[in-house]
Amino acid sequence: MGSVAIIDYGMGNLRSVCKAIEHVGPDAEVRVTSDPAVVKAAGRVVFPGQGAMPDCMKELDARGLRPAVLEAAATKPFLGICIGLQMLFRHSEEGDVPGLGVFPGEVRRFPASRMVSPTGERLKVPHMGWNEVRQVGAHPLWSDIPKDDRFYFVHSYYVEPADSSVIAAETDYGLRFTSAVAKDNIVAVQFHPEKSAHSGLQLLANFLRWKP
Amino acid sequence: MLAKRIIPCLDVNAGRVVKGVNFVELRDAGDPVEVARRYDEQGADEITFLDITASSDARDTIIHVVEQVAEQVFIPLTVGGGVRTVEDVRRLLNAGADKVSINTAAVNNPQVVAEASGKVGSQCIVVAIDAKQTAPGKWQVFTHGGRNNTGLDAIEWACRVESLGAGEILLTSMDRDGTKSGFDLALTRAISDAVRIPVIASGGVGNLDHLADGVSQGGADAVLAASIFHFGEHTVREAKELMRRRGIEVRL
Repeated sequence: MGSVAIIDYGMGNLRSVCKAIEHVGPDAEVRVTSDPAVVKAAGRVVFPGQGAMPDCMKELDARGLRPAVLEAAATKPFLGICIGLQMLFRHSEEGDVPGLGVFPGEVRRFPASRMVSPTGERLKVPHMGWNEVRQVGAHPLWSDIPKDDRFYFVHSYYVEPADSSVIAAETDYGLRFTSAVAKDNIVAVQFHPEKSAHSGLQLLANFLRWKP
Repeated sequence: MLAKRIIPCLDVNAGRVVKGVNFVELRDAGDPVEVARRYDEQGADEITFLDITASSDARDTIIHVVEQVAEQVFIPLTVGGGVRTVEDVRRLLNAGADKVSINTAAVNNPQVVAEASGKVGSQCIVVAIDAKQTAPGKWQVFTHGGRNNTGLDAIEWACRVESLGAGEILLTSMDRDGTKSGFDLALTRAISDAVRIPVIASGGVGNLDHLADGVSQGGADAVLAASIFHFGEHTVREAKELMRRRGIEVRL
């Protein structure tokens, strides 16, 4: 199954991601690493993230990881999770910072004016809990995962791709936002597969098997 | 639509799950990993551990419990009980907790909420509020299992911890806790309307309708219960099926 590098830039605990991947890929050699050389050598790369995006970008650069992340995103099976999805975009409203620019588009905050449910209930931010992920098109990532299945989200910002062809899933929360993107060797999700019970583990297993 | 969450709460004493009524006659109820796995299989949306370990030399056992559970159960895990410092928060998160709940320490030193959420992010910080009614439409914040009145107004305190950076509020009615007479719905509604962060209702669940009431009348984003699940009266799945019949969005 080969080696999987989980990129650690010092923003939060990556134990859950690591354990979930080991759980579905007992033969995979999983490493949590902040060493660019290990990222370069890995067969697959997972790019997680939590906290505020400006801090994440700063810590990534402080460890000299940007070139290794960009190279991985251009060349090998690559899974972004949560802020790891948002950082792939060109710019974020959070702290008005540039992202890595792999995808054109903006990272936006859920607008207070739209935070009302179809039944008139006020919606809370962060968007926290289990919401439906509406798959857009077919992708090996969704193999054996029911349409509109629920995954666990915790976030206050969402991505708005400039190119709608990269949208792999959408979710409704006050507005319809992009909850997964896919292009070539990259998949990235706003929710946390490592915390999404059976379906989350299935998604991680699909990623480990994926041959883009 | 976002589902309303059902969260079983487990009391953990020196590394074992215990159950009892009103903290008396505590009985061993098993290995935390096994119990957590069972709730995960029933469809629990999250699990909360409340560490009630009294002796200080056994306090580190909760760290090992969290490590073991987080290795095998892949749903969000919240840990509370005796969390005093940012260092305590960090240790629990590093062990595999997704959120840490702070109660008395937040009352004693509100800055700990700001400091912790600044360091690890609001999404990881839950502030637990134990409230008791003191007059019609008035509730105050209590600590030490309801014995110590802080004099703080519960609604004002909820708004304060939100502004300090709490990501969620775990609201327990000390009047209802252990009574099986249902949540204090007026309290739940008052707090839920006052803040923009999610509110978890707790204290008083005696049947499945109480859980649904907490959402439909109390306006809670999530409901927490212990005894109705522990003693095998009901499963989490049954709770969700009833909530769905009552028109509440759940993950089934």
